[in-house]
Amino acid sequence: MRTGLQKWMLAVGAAAFFMLPLTSRAQLTTLDIASRDNMQSHVAGHTGHVDDGKDDYHRYCEGCHGDMGDGNGEVAQWLQPPMWPKPRNFQLGVFKCRSTPTGTLPTDDDLFDAITRGFDRSAMPIWSVFTKYQLANLVAYVKHFSPRFVSEKPGTPITIPPEPEVTPERIKNGREVFNRVQCWKCHGVQGMANGPSASTLQDDLGFPIAPFNFTDGTRPKCGDTDQDIYRIFMTGLDGTPMPSFADNIKPDEAWDLVFYLRTLMKQPSKAKEIAKTLNLKPVNPNP
Amino acid sequence: MKKAQNLVAIVSMLVLVCCGALLLNQKVSAAGEGKITGNVKFEGAAPHMRGIDMSKDPYCVKATSANPAHMETTLVGSSGGLENVVLYIDGWSGDATVEKNVPIFDQKNCMYVPHVLPLDVNQTFKVTTSDNTAHNIHPLPNPMVNVGWNQSQPPGAPPIEKSWKNPEAIRVQCNIHPWMQGWFVVVKGPYAVSDSSGNYTINNVPPGSYTVKAWHEPDQTQTQKVTVSAGQAATASFSFK
Repeated sequence: MRTGLQKWMLAVGAAAFFMLPLTSRAQLTTLDIASRDNMQSHVAGHTGHVDDGKDDYHRYCEGCHGDMGDGNGEVAQWLQPPMWPKPRNFQLGVFKCRSTPTGTLPTDDDLFDAITRGFDRSAMPIWSVFTKYQLANLVAYVKHFSPRFVSEKPGTPITIPPEPEVTPERIKNGREVFNRVQCWKCHGVQGMANGPSASTLQDDLGFPIAPFNFTDGTRPKCGDTDQDIYRIFMTGLDGTPMPSFADNIKPDEAWDLVFYLRTLMKQPSKAKEIAKTLNLKPVNPNP
Repeated sequence: MKKAQNLVAIVSMLVLVCCGALLLNQKVSAAGEGKITGNVKFEGAAPHMRGIDMSKDPYCVKATSANPAHMETTLVGSSGGLENVVLYIDGWSGDATVEKNVPIFDQKNCMYVPHVLPLDVNQTFKVTTSDNTAHNIHPLPNPMVNVGWNQSQPPGAPPIEKSWKNPEAIRVQCNIHPWMQGWFVVVKGPYAVSDSSGNYTINNVPPGSYTVKAWHEPDQTQTQKVTVSAGQAATASFSFK
């Protein structure tokens, strides 16, 4: 004879058992994550340690990125893409803003830059409150969530040649590159994020995502220096539809493309001035 | 002195016998490999494969105007054979010899050819484009299993050579043309993929007992036990619903 309590416990146990497959989406265990608590970072003249980053992570980062670094913090449910991108899942070891080729891990500097830069048009602020020492520890803490940082080394950062002088020829050539590799498919001919494929874009987790709009004055997510823009299309933003163009744009042409993109952007630049003076406008490749 | 001579004689005999055995053994396994063959059927009426609206890209519309494209998730031949089922040996423990041929995964008329590409672990494959429109080739492995990437292939782009480290059925997509969905099915050991009649043959299977696994997208699998004898063909046929 089973007592009422026993029956209850059985029922709850059975329910939990059958619910298991629903919740067991590629999730790491606390134990697995803890096995990497000797992870280090070497950045900004400091060696970062997991133990020293723990308190700051739980105080400042956990709300969005979660206790387990899976991007499922308390706040995550209120962030609705494409307006508000979901917090990064650190367990997967896939990062948008890298100096390294597509499919490789970012360097410690890349992660450091991501935290200090923040992500425009997202809930990730610019973390200017931390010291370099704290940041180094946070980088170590972020890395320890993913087994990839044990099994793989970061990629070799791409080489960015020195920036040449911007000239009208370079801007015109950049426009040709823009049309040849068909940036407009997503970003639109004018760079207004209204290309034919813009409306159906999804990130790797299946959430809707919008291409960058060059014309509305917002900052590119992975930085707004000329070098940053060069890096963005030569490495691709992993986890998003933005591919790497490293095989299809030569380094010199890449600078031309940067200059042309500058002419589309709202922010003032020398390239934009030249384009304005010479009336260099986008050319529609599909007349 | 005599003892030493005896020892040398015994050792050299042993070496000879061992070498001979090894050589013989190699010959036997090379000539005696069998195969697994069979047919994959689809049970019941073939599901309708709906047409694809490619109006997003005029190039794709034009490229498929003579031969309208349709979904390729369940391709059933006239005799009920199921195409694009990958067949391989579950828990393969044989040699880690990687398939030497370099298969091609082409982007043609805004579709993937083939729709399903089976691969051995670490086997090199080439992604090419025959299209005069830009694609981005974006495989989506589980990041805990394989490392994904995302590369552009505008018209005239050079082929991309890649391989996968671990067994996994990896969906691949083009973000520019969201209907373009294909599969890299990475397995360990010999494999085959069913043709338009549902027929398949896994070659170079050493004699032994095996479990044949059949995979159909997105994640249907079936298994069957077979015994392969030297130089013979074992049969394993499957039926999906």
